[in-house]
Amino acid sequence: MSWFTRALNSSIGKKFVMALTGICLILFLVIHLINNLTLFGGPELFNTVVKNLDNIKPLVRVIEIILATIFVLHIFNGVKLWWENKQARPQSYAVNASSENSSIFSRTMIYSGSIIFIFLVVHLRTMWVAFNFNPDVHTNHTYYEYVSAAFREPLYSIAYIIAMILLGFHLNHGFQSAFQTFGWNNKKYFPLIQKVGFFYSWITAFLFALIPIYFLSGGGQ
Amino acid sequence: MNTNKLNLTLRIWRQKNSNTPGKFVDYKVSVSPDSSFLEMLDDLNNDLESKNQEPIAFESDCREGICGTCGLVIQGHPHGPIPRIATCQLHMRNFKDGETIYVEPFRAKAFPIIKDLIVDRSAFDKIQQAGGYISVNIGSVPDGNAIPIPKEVANEAMDAATCIGCGACVAACKNASAMLFVSAKVSQFALLPQGQPERYERVQKMVKVMDELGFGSCSNTYACEAECPKGISIKNIARMNRDYIVAKIAKEEVV
Ligand code: HEM
Ligand code: SF4
Ligand code: FES
Repeated sequence: MSWFTRALNSSIGKKFVMALTGICLILFLVIHLINNLTLFGGPELFNTVVKNLDNIKPLVRVIEIILATIFVLHIFNGVKLWWENKQARPQSYAVNASSENSSIFSRTMIYSGSIIFIFLVVHLRTMWVAFNFNPDVHTNHTYYEYVSAAFREPLYSIAYIIAMILLGFHLNHGFQSAFQTFGWNNKKYFPLIQKVGFFYSWITAFLFALIPIYFLSGGGQ
Repeated sequence: MNTNKLNLTLRIWRQKNSNTPGKFVDYKVSVSPDSSFLEMLDDLNNDLESKNQEPIAFESDCREGICGTCGLVIQGHPHGPIPRIATCQLHMRNFKDGETIYVEPFRAKAFPIIKDLIVDRSAFDKIQQAGGYISVNIGSVPDGNAIPIPKEVANEAMDAATCIGCGACVAACKNASAMLFVSAKVSQFALLPQGQPERYERVQKMVKVMDELGFGSCSNTYACEAECPKGISIKNIARMNRDYIVAKIAKEEVV
């Protein structure tokens, strides 16, 4: 193994990959959220935005490949760390006081992450596939109509909202955790990072969830 | 003196050796609230021995919170439910009459159980031997205070150096990660001028051995800091991460 792969396979190396990919995903979510919020501007705005993205398809494809790589690295390392960390404590305690010494968000990263993963698969299957390959949606540029119809399905919308709550869980711990992993924990500015992380997480989760809530409650008719 | 005795049930982990599965055994005790936790176990052991039964194996040495030998998981907390003290500093007045108290050994793959409540923490020694030192040239004694060190830097280094190597951080962590301990040992030198020559070599060597010994990785739950009897800060873990990343990117590869 070269020094590079050896470093990335060390405990701190794996954490570093988690933090770096996690921060990239956090930035991606900002862009994705801004894009989604144009749904509140009505069919014309949203359909134009998506159509414009369609016009720069080669660039979008490159970004998609980079994004997919980031997701794969994050998920692969996350599952690997979870598994290895489980092996490090073969026998559990009869009394577990972890709720008194750590937050629930920090202890459930693998669960919130797994729910986000399931969500991701469904999300790609319903949204991404339709936007790219459904002739009705893609050729006629009826993205808004497709999305609003999907979100009027209560089951789909409620599952979406639950996934967003878990995204909030994941980010609430993940944001500040990434800075700690990089070693950017200084008593002067770490409290600020924690605050920014808290607001970023819950505002992001809330705004994403607002879209199904809007359509479910009869908005955009 | 408080004369009202506490009647307690101690549910203690008994395990003959590392190859035999262990189990909890209940012991009824009546103890003064002024007794320390370890004194209570001493009394219980005297009692067991007088009945020709095997005493409970547990470790202690200084009994004043400085050596790091003691370490029991009491009610799910390494060193018991009171923060910032070692097991030997825990007193029975913190428990209620009639309570059932679980006493377990530290549980980690890297800390195999030797007997009952005693675990083998020699993994920590191996990490220390890998780099937890500074090299000093022989010669005449240097002047004391010849190298100026800012007060706040000295404070931080001394805070890191208060780690007593007890292993409670490993016991508390859901991943049985040793990063709080290792980061304290890395930081106490990384902060001071005397630690600079070996700074980046040290962090690489110590992390490598830590990884090989089967400790988990840090998930930043910060349970270690909450349970550490010395309140070692997780900022030390950040410093270790930073030094390790810098070492791997820009410094000589030593391991
Ligand atoms: C948009 C989606 C996601 C974002 C923004 C995100 C972000 C993050 C961030 C910032 C961290 C903290 C890294 C650190 O502690 O240094 C993290 C940790 C983690 N993520 Fe994600 N993540 C996402 C999706 C996922 C998915 C799909 C999984 C699937 C299993 C996952 C599993 C994990 C796990 C297990 C950890 C904890 C690793 C550890 O500390 O041991 N994440 N994530
Ligand atoms: S960091 Fe704290 S809990 Fe860990 S070994 Fe040192 S003193 Fe014990
Ligand atoms: S016996 Fe020395 S710290 Fe408890």
